[in-house]
Amino acid sequence: MKYSKQEYLDYVDKKSPDSPIWKNVLIAFLVGGAICTIGQGFSEFYKNVVGLSEENVKTAVPITMVFLGALFTGLDLYNKLAKHAGAGTLVPITGFANAIVSPAMEFKREGWVLGLAAKMFTIAGPVLVYGINSSIIVGLIYYLIQKL
Amino acid sequence: MNKKLGKQTIRFANGINILSYASIAGQKEGEGPLAKYYDKVLEDAEWGEDTWEKTESKMQKSAVSRAVEKAEIDIKDIEYLFAGDLLNQCISSTFGLRDFGVPFLGVYGACSTMAETLGLASSMIDGGFANTAVAVTSSHFCTAERQYRFPLEYGGQRPPTAQWTVTGSGSMVLTRQGNGPYITHFTAGKIIDAGVADANNMGAAMAPAAADTLATHFRDTEKIPQDYDLILTGDLGKVGKSIAIDLLAEEGFDMSENYNDCGCMVFDIDKQDMHAGGSGCGCGAITLCGYIMDMFRAEKIKNLLFVGTGALLSPTSTMQGESIPCVAHAIAISAKGE
Repeated sequence: MKYSKQEYLDYVDKKSPDSPIWKNVLIAFLVGGAICTIGQGFSEFYKNVVGLSEENVKTAVPITMVFLGALFTGLDLYNKLAKHAGAGTLVPITGFANAIVSPAMEFKREGWVLGLAAKMFTIAGPVLVYGINSSIIVGLIYYLIQKL
Repeated sequence: MNKKLGKQTIRFANGINILSYASIAGQKEGEGPLAKYYDKVLEDAEWGEDTWEKTESKMQKSAVSRAVEKAEIDIKDIEYLFAGDLLNQCISSTFGLRDFGVPFLGVYGACSTMAETLGLASSMIDGGFANTAVAVTSSHFCTAERQYRFPLEYGGQRPPTAQWTVTGSGSMVLTRQGNGPYITHFTAGKIIDAGVADANNMGAAMAPAAADTLATHFRDTEKIPQDYDLILTGDLGKVGKSIAIDLLAEEGFDMSENYNDCGCMVFDIDKQDMHAGGSGCGCGAITLCGYIMDMFRAEKIKNLLFVGTGALLSPTSTMQGESIPCVAHAIAISAKGE
């Protein structure tokens, strides 16, 4: 081959079709927005119809959305929507449910302990580790600023 | 008599006879344009098994059984089985073929396995160590996804350069004598690492290996692309195919007329939404052991150069950010022998 490695990578970049970014962004916006609107709908429902306190609404809505995300993952529908929606299904809390339920389903065949339970967090694990860590750091900064 | 041409090509003086062949294809492949050439199309991903690994083993076992049946010989007449697949420790091959009681030689060449096993089996026969040998390989979308990528139900988006692992298994029974078609040459490829690290663009990673093996084959045998009715790469897909054409043009070989890639043939890429096309050991195997060999039988193809293309990455090497070393092996098949 007559190319150097960098020349070849530049050439490959030119040859490879790009992801349709504007189409992807638009669909992600619409689907992600729709999921959040459904969440808001549940929020209104729990507050006005069921009559939960604001504190309890904040717990009930995520429980409902995570349940729905897990349910649609189990029904083999969430991944089909995600194929088109991309970040629109990944970012909301339903995407978090999908990231935990899908490896749990996949690796059940390797057993309940070393398969399902151990592999359940392979995708969501890093989100938990860095999410919790960054919340601690932010919390510490907030505490120190208050003390000053 | 010298059996070696140039640095990398073996010439089988009398040709190694392809006695029979068989292909087992998955459901999606069965909805593709080559469906009617497969011996069997599965109705679902499981085929009555409780794990996909068992399904893939069963596919390989069944591909061998069918080819042996079609050859009207007994499995005990097979002297060597050359087999490989994509799974860790090649379990589709070892588990699928364990009941046959035939000497087994496992091969790992990633998606180049069909060409590699054919080349090795032919060499064994040409060397006089066997009269009958079988080459077989397989891949399964679901087993490959869970090993290399994400769980099936995970909601991810694939880039346009991504390829779809073919569910399928292909096998061939080779013998010293027969009425053809014949395997006439085997060019073993070098490992080529062009520096591509994106596992979602395997076509671009593998194309330089394919181009290197093809150019070497043409130089070793003093042939040109036009000497073949068809040149066929295993699973470069749309992106890799177009890169291979460019790279060979720079070497002075015109591939614009008679070249295709199994990854572009096995699916209707647009209708089945396959992005850059098919991939996997099964991609080249079911295309070769189905449509292509049927075309030989119909005398529509008389000279073929088949190039299996393999990306030699692992999930560990990908996570460690390594680039993808690739290899390609070429097999020349002719209706008449040399």
